[in-house]
Amino acid sequence: MQKTVTGNKESTPAVDLAKCRAILSKYNSATSADLIPILQQMQDAYGYLPQNALEEITVWTRIPLSKIYGVITFYSQFSLEPRGKHTIKVCTGTACHIKGAPDIKKKITEVLRINEGETTKDYKFTYEPVACLGTCFLAPVMMIDDRYYGKLTVEKTETILKSY
Amino acid sequence: MEKLKNPDDLQKFRKSLESKHRPDMVRIFVCTTGCRALGAEEVCKAFKTEIERQSLADKIEIVDTGCQGLCARAPVLTIEPMGVFYGRVTETDVPEIISRTILQGEIIERLCYVEAGKRIPYIRDIPFYSKQKKIVLKNCGSIDPKNINEYILADGYLAFSKALSGMTPEQVIDEIKNSGLRGRGGAGFPTGNKWEFVKKAQGDIKYLICNGDEGDPGAFMDRAVLEGDPHSVIEGMLIGAYAIGSQKGFIYVRAEYPIAVEHLKIAIEQAKSLGLLGNNILGSDFSFDLEIKMGAGAFVCGEETALIASIEGKRGMPRPRPPFPATSGLWGKPTNINNVETFANVPVIILKGSEWYKSIGTACSKGTKIFALAGNVKNTGLVEVPMGTTLREIVFDIGGGIPGRKKFKAAQMGGPSGGCVPAQHLDLPIDYETVKEVGAIMGSGGLIVMDDSASMVDIARYFMEFCQDESCGKCVPCRIGTKRMLDILTRITKGQGTKEDIGLLKELAEVTKTASLCGLGQTAANPVLSTIRYYLNEYEELIDKKGVQTLLQQGPTAQP
Repeated sequence: MQKTVTGNKESTPAVDLAKCRAILSKYNSATSADLIPILQQMQDAYGYLPQNALEEITVWTRIPLSKIYGVITFYSQFSLEPRGKHTIKVCTGTACHIKGAPDIKKKITEVLRINEGETTKDYKFTYEPVACLGTCFLAPVMMIDDRYYGKLTVEKTETILKSY
Repeated sequence: MEKLKNPDDLQKFRKSLESKHRPDMVRIFVCTTGCRALGAEEVCKAFKTEIERQSLADKIEIVDTGCQGLCARAPVLTIEPMGVFYGRVTETDVPEIISRTILQGEIIERLCYVEAGKRIPYIRDIPFYSKQKKIVLKNCGSIDPKNINEYILADGYLAFSKALSGMTPEQVIDEIKNSGLRGRGGAGFPTGNKWEFVKKAQGDIKYLICNGDEGDPGAFMDRAVLEGDPHSVIEGMLIGAYAIGSQKGFIYVRAEYPIAVEHLKIAIEQAKSLGLLGNNILGSDFSFDLEIKMGAGAFVCGEETALIASIEGKRGMPRPRPPFPATSGLWGKPTNINNVETFANVPVIILKGSEWYKSIGTACSKGTKIFALAGNVKNTGLVEVPMGTTLREIVFDIGGGIPGRKKFKAAQMGGPSGGCVPAQHLDLPIDYETVKEVGAIMGSGGLIVMDDSASMVDIARYFMEFCQDESCGKCVPCRIGTKRMLDILTRITKGQGTKEDIGLLKELAEVTKTASLCGLGQTAANPVLSTIRYYLNEYEELIDKKGVQTLLQQGPTAQP
């Protein structure tokens, strides 16, 4: 499992830590078992895991930053970079694969001019293929934020992307 | 809600619910889980508005349910007591359904299921349903998973109450052992034996974990059970906890399943408020607490030691066994891990008895199995059949066959750890052993049907890409083996393969299989080996000719 660096890195500013502290205050005697839930809440709050928030987690939980990075880079859910306003999740499950997901992926790369795992320069879209959305009856399918788009064709995909 | 203080209270509570139940009401069951993707929530809302507008609240009730199985017709609904089944329902159909079907008893033809040009309005006549045997999924689609009362009305928690008040933990384990229940996560280890190991293990604290990290692409059985009948899993866990002597349990759910997490949270809260989870359950000295742990997107966490590492807050990497989790698992304590579907089988075994359960299935595989049927098949959806049902019955009788004028080519079973079962094995009665003999595995239950346009080398490459990406990198055979196999497969599909590649692939496959640390690497080569076994000609053709890219352009990806 690898994290792709998108080149948008220079623009990861320090964030306001109020939300971070509110989350951490729920964990008075945090153990390592609380790390993943804390990171999940941080990512929900900020959309990604900002550097200064991670430093705050270290201070609060006494879990070394190196360990925290180890966990973050292992799980595909976590992102160290700001993400786009919309997340496109393209299902690459078996049913979608045999019904044309590779073409859909190609089209998205073409239209947005970014690769898998990357964010557009204007921070509008983050594009990530997922192993399976479990909605095989919609194959090939993608999700943009919480909305499903099923039975896709390349033409349909382009129209959908342009509607955002 | 007042807490239930003893097993009698549960019976009384159930009776009081029964007396309030109105059999004269028309109940419309709308799937609002999987079907949500195609607008089921809007349909529900439209029904509620229309019922209010026409003041029909004392005649018609809308029940939000879990998956009803026939996902291909989503959004679906069933109207009881008539037994009418409608699919592809939109909000604009709602007033007509109320005025014509419910108030006048007429069938709306365009919403009916169609088979061989015939419209079938009643659920009992639809082959997709009539050929299944629903034991685990019996409530899925017919109760509101967000309401514990409906589960209790459907005999819920009676099995747990029976075990707690009338059976010793040893008797529970014996009953499960005698039933022949085997792990539904894929490996098929006898559940009762697993419980016995943990029961006998030394330790004051024991943990019970439900593995809901359903990661196989093309599998959605566990998602459906957690979304559609979460209490059956909780009850199975309660029985397991009582049997092994555990007071603390975890349900590990995949991050991509928000509805499952939402329904589980509600179910746990409701069970707590009724006193079915917590301290001194039903007045006994048995206490059990349950917590949800969300995965963070790592396929390898479906492996039990990796899953344990993940709950402990570490990188989800597996470790060598022994020691097995049964002796040293979560935080070094004896730990029992079963899959969602396994736990969901437990209540019915305790309630109806192991002898009854044993009567279903084959010699070595008892009970039923849920399959997620998808791919090039007409009735994509969720099916439950007795062990020993043939592939032909699943794909053609229940699944309705292959759409268009294409032919059946293979069924991929067991996801990235499994293999392809070709047409010559269509009449194979499916159980753990037979599937293994033909080179696939039962796996968790993903069943992807492929028609004759699928390139099997491409399928092998697809699964290898998945395994290579998900390999945690801890052991060399898996980390390097999957990478090299992917390189070779990619080369072949691009038309740059050589004659030696097939031998090299086989050799790499054997090494990766034998030497990898965990199930991911040990099974990663299965799709390669099974496709070489049955479709060697396709490999040779690609090596001799031009590569899969050109084949694919004429093939499946070109279809709308």
